[in-house]
Amino acid sequence: MRCLLVFAILIAAVFIILILNINTGNVHISVGRIFEILFTGNGNKDEVNIIWKIRLPRIIMGALLGGALALSGFLLQTFFENPIAGPFVLGISSGAKMVVAVMMIVYIQRFGRVSSWALIIAAFVGALISTGFILLVSRTVKNMSALLVAGIMIGYICSAATEFLITFAQDSDIVNLHGWSQGSFSGMNWSNVQITAIIVGVTFVLTFMMSKPISAFQLGEAYAQSMGVNVKRFRVCLILLSSILSATVTAFAGPISFVGIAVPFLIKRMLNTAKPLVVIPATFLGGAVFCMGCDLIARMAFAPTELNISTVTSVFGAPIVIFMLVRRQKSR
Amino acid sequence: MADYYFHLDQLTVGYNGKPLISDIEIGIKRGEIVTLIGPNGAGKSTILKSISRQLEIIGGRVEFDGTEIREYSYKDLSCKMAVVLTERLKPELMTCHDVVATGRYPYTGRLGILSEEDEQKVENAMKAVHAEELGGRDFNAISDGQRQRVLLARAICQEPDIILLDEPTSFLDIRHKLELLAILRNMAKASNITVIMSLHEIDLAMKISDRILCIKGDHIFKEGTPDEVFEENLIRELYSIDNGFFDPLFGSIELPRPKGEAKTLVLSSGGTGILVYRQLQKQNIPFIAGVLYQNDIDYQLARLLAAEVIVEKPFMPISETVKQKALEAVRACDRVINAGVTIGESNAAMKEILSLAEQEGKLETIGS
Repeated sequence: MRCLLVFAILIAAVFIILILNINTGNVHISVGRIFEILFTGNGNKDEVNIIWKIRLPRIIMGALLGGALALSGFLLQTFFENPIAGPFVLGISSGAKMVVAVMMIVYIQRFGRVSSWALIIAAFVGALISTGFILLVSRTVKNMSALLVAGIMIGYICSAATEFLITFAQDSDIVNLHGWSQGSFSGMNWSNVQITAIIVGVTFVLTFMMSKPISAFQLGEAYAQSMGVNVKRFRVCLILLSSILSATVTAFAGPISFVGIAVPFLIKRMLNTAKPLVVIPATFLGGAVFCMGCDLIARMAFAPTELNISTVTSVFGAPIVIFMLVRRQKSR
Repeated sequence: MADYYFHLDQLTVGYNGKPLISDIEIGIKRGEIVTLIGPNGAGKSTILKSISRQLEIIGGRVEFDGTEIREYSYKDLSCKMAVVLTERLKPELMTCHDVVATGRYPYTGRLGILSEEDEQKVENAMKAVHAEELGGRDFNAISDGQRQRVLLARAICQEPDIILLDEPTSFLDIRHKLELLAILRNMAKASNITVIMSLHEIDLAMKISDRILCIKGDHIFKEGTPDEVFEENLIRELYSIDNGFFDPLFGSIELPRPKGEAKTLVLSSGGTGILVYRQLQKQNIPFIAGVLYQNDIDYQLARLLAAEVIVEKPFMPISETVKQKALEAVRACDRVINAGVTIGESNAAMKEILSLAEQEGKLETIGS
């Protein structure tokens, strides 16, 4: 009952924010006209262009990437049995960012342009490098806070390497890189949306199919194994799926902070359960709502100047994480 | 050997390829309760983890229902073997019902949705451990005793043929310990489920187990039925006890006897001495106990606590030598406590002993 209600609210929120996002901007387009343009295709030429070429791809991208980010966070939290794990905190986003930066600078210098797929693969490799380090550390360090510190340090190292590259890169590359590395949903086109939809869609379905072993894993590794989960294989799957998700986000929108931690936490409280069967889809929807909302604020708060998406997600996400930590201390 | 249900065959276990305990050999029949005992850190958990496949086996074999355990797929094994682990679980936002329901995992479909039948089995398992009222409670918000019962219910509804429990009675108070063990015994005997567990409480181990495996150092110290294993010296050696005693007859544990010259004599019979012994023990006063027949219940405890026991053979009149010894003791002591001696024909000499104490002004009578 509660689950149905939460889903209803989330789906309603998705639509409301979607419409709100298309509706607002430098050029205001009324709701009636939006429907007219979307469903009949006729209308003012400028407005059609604004909606179809700028606002709609951007908002859909925001939804997909937001969902992907939140889901990636949920998977990492399952993996590390730690609610504060997330792609940004563990340095996975930064790792992806570093490799993408290398790719952009080196590649663009030689070939002029980079394809979306190449970027995604680069980001994926970067994500795996960071994750590998975290895993290496987590073999000896079982303590949760130490693990997080390790993740944050890896994040700094990767950021330092990226900064280093930027310092010695040519001006034209930096312009490209700078906007991207701060995190933004601007400038998305339909081919980006297509690629993202395919990757995120497939990963989402695979993740959803894994909700059963994930639920077993919530009792810890040993119990999961005694229930018949092949733990080794399961862990590899988790890491791959979460890396693909965070890599896709980073490749297109740069590192975005705190969504991966804050959204799963809020969703679980809302549902009052941690059952993956409902948490996985709800987290995806929640991430979509959260990122679309943050993107709206990023666009509108100081219009015409746009904020970085990460600035906005941090403002909302970081307090939630602090709240989580305080609550954990209390419940001990 | 072939008729054993669960057979550890020259098993060597340890961590990271380093052997910790080698040559473990035990055959277990269906429905038996086998308990691992031994000092802390002896490797009881290591053995349990190895036979449940959480740790790589270093050498030897574990034969389970005719098949080597490593040849089972994880899924097949999970339908036959359930575990209750010692690590403390802190699942997020799970009710007790949710935790128990994870036991049905091997039987549910791709998405793990419970059928009506599964729900019924969860319910039954909760009832079996008297935890049906806990269903809707948050698992993190219940007591240790309740938590342990819920985890046992989880194992039960996995419908295993064998349950492995790692120190299931830790953190439990005495009532819950007894309750838990009673459930286990009932399961083993009524449903023919084999139980292998580790216990710290040797007194309970002795009373519930069909077989005992004593672990010490890098080998199996002793294996056998409780009668064979629970021998005073063996237990003392197993746990390297140099102060204190284990009484194999009642499975009770006693602190070491007070040291020093005994200046107190306790006279008792038929259990009247026990409270006095304990009192003196607590005050650290060494004492002599007498005159006790070997079949007197007081004798069993006096043997462990008294500095000296003046004994006579059962059903015999007190002999002259024994009487003289007792009179000697009365003279030597500062206090003589009459804890309530029943005097009959055979121990008529007690009258004489008591009256000497009276004369010397040393007699204290309890309960009068």
